[in-house]
Order: sequence, then C-alpha cells, then structure tokens
Amino acid sequence: MSEALSTVVKEACTAADRDPTRLMDIVNQVQRKLGQVSPTAMDLIASELGCQRVEVESVVSFYAFLSAEPQGKIVIRVCNDVIDRLEGADAVLDAFADALGIRVGETTPDGRITLMTTPCVGMSDQAPAALINSHVLVDLDPSKARHIALQLKASGDPHRLVTKLGDGNNAHELVQSMVHNNIHQTGPVVFAEFAMGSALRKALSMTPQEVIRDVKTSRIRGRGGAGFPTGMKWDFARAAPGDRKVVICNADEGEPGTFKDRVILTERASLMFEGMTIAGYAIGADLGILYLRAEYLYLRALLESILDERRAAGLLGKGIGGKAGFDFDIRIQMGGGAYVCGEETALISSCEGKRGDPKNRPPFPAQKGYLGRPSVVNNVETFCCVARVLEQGAGWFAQLGSKGTSGTKVLSVSGDCKRPGVYELEFGITLAALLKLVGAEDAGAVQVGGPSGQLVGPASFERTICYDDLATGGSIMVFNRSRDILGIARGFVEFFCEESCGYCTPCRVGNELLKERLDTIIAGRGEPSDLAYLEELGAIMKLASRCGLGQTSANPVLTTIKHFRPEYEARLRAPQRGEQRRFDFNAAVAGAERIAGHQSVQHGAHEEHGTAE
Amino acid sequence: MTDSVKLKIDGKEITAKAGQTILQAAAMAGIYIPHLCAHRELEPWGSCRVCTVKVNGRPQAACTQPVAEGAVVESETPELVNVRRALVEMLFVEGNHVCPSCEKSGNCELQATAYRLGIAAPRFPYTFPKREIDASHPDIILERNRCILCARCVRASTEVDGKHAFDFVGRGVHKRIAVNAEAGLAGTSAAATDKALSVCPVGCLMKKRVGFAVPVGQRQFDEKQIGSEI
Repeated sequence: MSEALSTVVKEACTAADRDPTRLMDIVNQVQRKLGQVSPTAMDLIASELGCQRVEVESVVSFYAFLSAEPQGKIVIRVCNDVIDRLEGADAVLDAFADALGIRVGETTPDGRITLMTTPCVGMSDQAPAALINSHVLVDLDPSKARHIALQLKASGDPHRLVTKLGDGNNAHELVQSMVHNNIHQTGPVVFAEFAMGSALRKALSMTPQEVIRDVKTSRIRGRGGAGFPTGMKWDFARAAPGDRKVVICNADEGEPGTFKDRVILTERASLMFEGMTIAGYAIGADLGILYLRAEYLYLRALLESILDERRAAGLLGKGIGGKAGFDFDIRIQMGGGAYVCGEETALISSCEGKRGDPKNRPPFPAQKGYLGRPSVVNNVETFCCVARVLEQGAGWFAQLGSKGTSGTKVLSVSGDCKRPGVYELEFGITLAALLKLVGAEDAGAVQVGGPSGQLVGPASFERTICYDDLATGGSIMVFNRSRDILGIARGFVEFFCEESCGYCTPCRVGNELLKERLDTIIAGRGEPSDLAYLEELGAIMKLASRCGLGQTSANPVLTTIKHFRPEYEARLRAPQRGEQRRFDFNAAVAGAERIAGHQSVQHGAHEEHGTAE
Repeated sequence: MTDSVKLKIDGKEITAKAGQTILQAAAMAGIYIPHLCAHRELEPWGSCRVCTVKVNGRPQAACTQPVAEGAVVESETPELVNVRRALVEMLFVEGNHVCPSCEKSGNCELQATAYRLGIAAPRFPYTFPKREIDASHPDIILERNRCILCARCVRASTEVDGKHAFDFVGRGVHKRIAVNAEAGLAGTSAAATDKALSVCPVGCLMKKRVGFAVPVGQRQFDEKQIGSEI
C-alpha cells in the first residue's frame, strides 16, 4: 500500500470522525484526491471505520462519480441528456474523444484525462454542457471541445478553461463559473428581493404550532413534483416521538430538464436556508442537511459561505433569534451522482453513508428518517416558498396561483424554444401561454415534468400547469415538429435503465425490457402486438415497483403511446412468415399430446396466462 | 391499542397480530401469497415484488406492509396473478436459469413458484447476461447466473451468521451479489453450514460436492406445490 493512499484515506476518515454514517464524505474525498477508491482503499476505509469492506464496495459501486478503477486527474463528463443530444452533444463527445485519442469510458495513456458521459447536469438551457472535474462548461460545440482538450493536455488545469464568467453569483469569487442564470421571469415568491432574517423573525414570534398552521393555510404543496402538502408533512414530523429531529433539503435536482434549483441555489440560497430553519423551529429539529447533487459541487463554497454568514448573524447555531432552546444548524451533504437519490428515502440512505436504495415504507421519514430520527424532506423551492409564507402571510401566498394549487412555480424551460431558462410563474398558466412566453409557438410536443412526467402534444396545449392537471417539478422540455418522438422516448428509457437502483424486479428488469422492444420498433421490426406488450409491461412496472422512480419510469413509453400513437404505428409491420414474439408452450406440445393420447401436466396452467398478445 | 387486528384477504376475514406483515398474517390464516425474497426467519426486504397485493386499492408488497384494522386486501385477482407471473418471468429472463441441469431443480423456489403460477414460458425475451461464477471457496459455489438478487444471503449472513459475508454492488441491471473480500468467497468467513446458504431460494449459493444426492422426482416440490404447507 502506498503511503499517499494511506495518508489520504486516514485523513478522510479522521475528518469524518471515523463515523460509518459519513461514508459518502469519506469516499468522495478519497475519489477527489486519488482519482479512484481502489480495492486497497476500500479495505483500509473498512478497517478505519470498523465496518465491512463489502459495505464500502457496495457504496462505491453505486454512485456514478465514484470509481474503483483509476481515473485521470481530470475527468470530462459530457452530458448526454436528451436535450443536450438534440443540441449536438454527440458531436461534442466525438470531438473530445478524437482530440484526446481515446474512447468514452477510457483514460488517456498518460493516465491524466478520463472521458465519460453523464445524465442531465442541470444545464439544459445552455446545452451541450460538460463537467470537467467540478467545473461546468456550457454552450459547447465540437470546435470548442477540441480546443478544450488541447488546453487540458497542455495545462492540466480545468479552471483555466473558464474565461468568461456568468451573471449574478456565477461570477462570485467563490463560484467563478461560466454558467448563466437565464432568469427570464421573476415572480413574487422565489425571486423577489429578500432581506435575510425577515421571515425567520416572524416565525419566531409565533409558536411552532402557529407556524405549521400558517403553512397549512397557505396550501403549499411540495415543489419537487410529488406535491405532498408541506404543512401536513411538518405536522407528522412534529407529532412523531423522538427528541432529535431533522430537516433535509433535497437539492439532488436530477430530473432531466430541471435546472431551477441550480438557479435558486445560486441566487436565493439564504432564502432556502431560512425556510429550512423555519422548518427546524416548527418541527423541533436541531439538525438540517442540504443534500447537494455532485454535479453542483461548484456551488458548495458559496453555500458554505452563506451558512457562515447566517451563523454570524445569529440565524443558525444556539439560541437562534434569542430564543433559548432553539438550536439548529445545517450541514451540506454531497451526493455521488445518482438520480434515484432525489427520492426522499434514497436520499436519506445516501446521507447515512449507504447505497442510494430507497427504503421500505412504512415507516415514513416523518416517523423514522435519517438515522431513525423523524425527518422532513422538502425541495429547495419548497423551503423558499415557506419562508415567504411566513414573511408575507399565508393568505397572501394562497391567493397566488390557481384555484387548486397556490403560489408560483419556478419552471426550467429547455429545448426548441427561443428563450430557454427559468421562469417563475403563477400556477394555472396554460401550456400554450407558456410556449408563447418562451418563444416556442411551433412546438410539436412538450415533456412536462421530465421523463417521469408525460410527453403531450398540441391537443393538450390548453391544459394548465398545476397539481390537478399537468404536474411538474419544474422540467419543461420543448420539441419542435421535426423531432423524432420514439427517439426521445428511447433516450428517456435509457436514462431510467442507467439510474434504476436495481433493488426491485419490475424497475430493474422492466426498463431493460422496455428498451429492448422500443429498439426493435425503431429498427423497423416492430409488430402491432408490440404496443399492447409495451402497455402491459408499463402497467406492471407502475403497479409493482417499489418507489416513485420505478412507478414512473414507464411514462416515457406509456405517454408517447397514448399521445403519439401514429408515430409508433407508422413503424410497425405485420409479423413476417415464421416470426413469433413469444413461445406458446401449449401450442408447441399439442401435436405430441395428440399422438401420446394424453395432456401434459402443468400445475395451475389451465387458464390462459398473460394478456400481452 | 389492541393486539389483534381484523382484515379481509380476498373476502375472507382473518385475525392478525398487530405489527405483523400481511404476508405473515395470511400464512397464519392459511392463505398462501406467492413470494421469493421474503423468508420467515429473516427481516422483510421487499425487492422481488412477487407478493404484491392491493391494500384498500393501493398496490403494496405484502411482505413489508403491516396489517391494519379493517384493511381490504386483494391477492388472487386476475390482474395481480398476471403481475406475479410477469415478475417471475422477469427473474427468469434476466438471469441464466437452466432448470434441467441445475442441482437445485425440484428444491428451487423460483422454479416451484413458476409452476404454481402456471408459467410455461416467459412472455419476455431472454437477456442472456454474462455473469461471473465464484468457485474460489473450498466448500461453496457462488453461481451468479442463477441469482435473483433477493438478498436472503445478505440478510442471513448479517442477521443470523453474524458475518456480513455478502452484499450488493452496482446498480440497475448491473447490480450483483458481492462478497466481503477482494479475493472472492474464499477470502471471507463464509462456511457451508451458514444460514446464508440454506436460505438461498435458487441454485446460486450451493454446497460443493453435493450432486443429485436426492434424485429428481423425490425433491421438495416434486410431490407438493410450493406453499402447500400453508
């Protein structure tokens, strides 16, 4: 074992107090410093923490940003999300590969640069994008990619690639990123001006019960997409037995086409932290965790500085706002590159230093969450909204939006439109009005709510964005009439294949089977029976999967068949002579049975099974 | 809070103990709900989803869902039976299961469940994955081609054997069972007498040098269907 490895591992373990529940921090640090978490490092980490080696291996093998194999000091991750690919990400990837003389997944012979692909990095409004270590490069094209590859070969310093800084806090000395906010419309809730502490002071003048009452009165529902009433969630956590409760902010914005949390984290982090602190007060928590996706590592230093600012102002720490007994602080937990960790119980698993497997429910997080403590998990935007509810009043908030859905929604719009970016709009806006606003009057299809949402066509453009009609966590992807619907669906299915945690059968296997049949259809070998097959398979995945990822992962196929059936039918043909999709056992043995004069014995096989045909 | 809970499964009223899972309560009442990852001596896991039922109309895994007073559970409906068959078919096509040459045949819960559900051939295409076999251990073979990722060995090794010899690595379709040593199973403390082996529902974790000691035709599920003890 090299001395360097031993030093790095021991430092990482010491920094985490040798606490196995902080394994994510340890392996992330080892990966950053050594370019891998090697089998030797796994052994050493296990012995330092007093856990099993296979537990460490289990975690390392789960997250896309961790690797047991050696990677270069520089890792280029080209975003291969559907939008990025429509904007030319494939050519960018080829240009990188060509200029570096390696293929995707490989490392240059000198061991310095590794080239990979990665799902949506939250930059669909400035696609194609790539991550180079933690630096974000946007608006790429093949010639820029070639130039970047040459520069990296020469200097080896990814930071030098950032020559022009973005707007707002992207230009902050702690960020120094070329990312643009692209805020095209601000609203009264999230992007209005905010004075640090104003909402918290109001909350602290009330009892925790009164705070929860106000949150309920505002009728705010979770902004991550699922739309669970926030006040009810807080009430459950407050009522749950346990004296150490936890507030978790879900900043694992991984739904392809969603990037609104990126902008909120860049420009309104203090508002979000204020909302978390209010939640802490309301439920009686002493710990807050911001779970930040690995792709947004470039924002961490800024976020830490804002936390420090809030501590200095007495808005975090002991006796907050002069209130004896209200102790609350927030730490940042970095993710490791796993979409499923946006699912709240998977996120909790990850915070606990485990694989990002969702947990069985019950118990729900509000009863037993992080380390068994009652926990509230809310989205970045939800915490911002809650702070405003306290600052401006529940009634003020409730009158914004549509009849059934109060408040505003920050939408991330990308794809075939003139003004991709972020829009804070009141709920209840029609899709048509939104498309006009973003400059996409000729849209042929819109993916609302990301791959786990639905793809709708012009017949649905008069529908409204709200929880009762078209729900979205923020992702709006626009496709013009020339785009290939099946190709889009195929991209999303591939995404779910990559991101399934593999815990339950229907999601792990089902997505692979969806991909197989979609590929068959795209290759021109589809049969009319394949549509019923896909619909049945999708329905089974929806019904039997263990978490929201699996339950929604068939949506790209199911909603495109529903709304764009002719696109499928145009590619189907009748079975050719001799082709059969499925082995019919009874038919196959019928002849032999006739000759033998008796029927073969099958337990319980008297009824015809399956409806796929 | 009372200790007993009344609920209905497929119209039949049963009494269960508070805190039991639906699967446990059903078994006690003589109702068999097909299952694979669940094992009566191990903590609930909820991965195979074969025991999926509807509780008051909502799909739930019977092995992880606690009983509740007045719950209306559907199990043997045409829809759910079809879902179960599909899930078992998925487990077949995602691995490489060759029943006629497998030592576990007749004692295999996957095979027996497929028979009980009346599966003659899967509706899904086989995926023929490439999976590694670990034969490093002197007494045990780890035959990943037959693994259904049920985590029984993972749980038994930690909960019963006190070893944590197994766990999962990778995710999605690349998820596979791993052992607690870089050198393979031989490097772990696993022993052929471990609970981890005896609870394997398929022919994945097997004792070496035990080949067809009981002839096919006289094995556990050759005479009686799986679940007939319930």
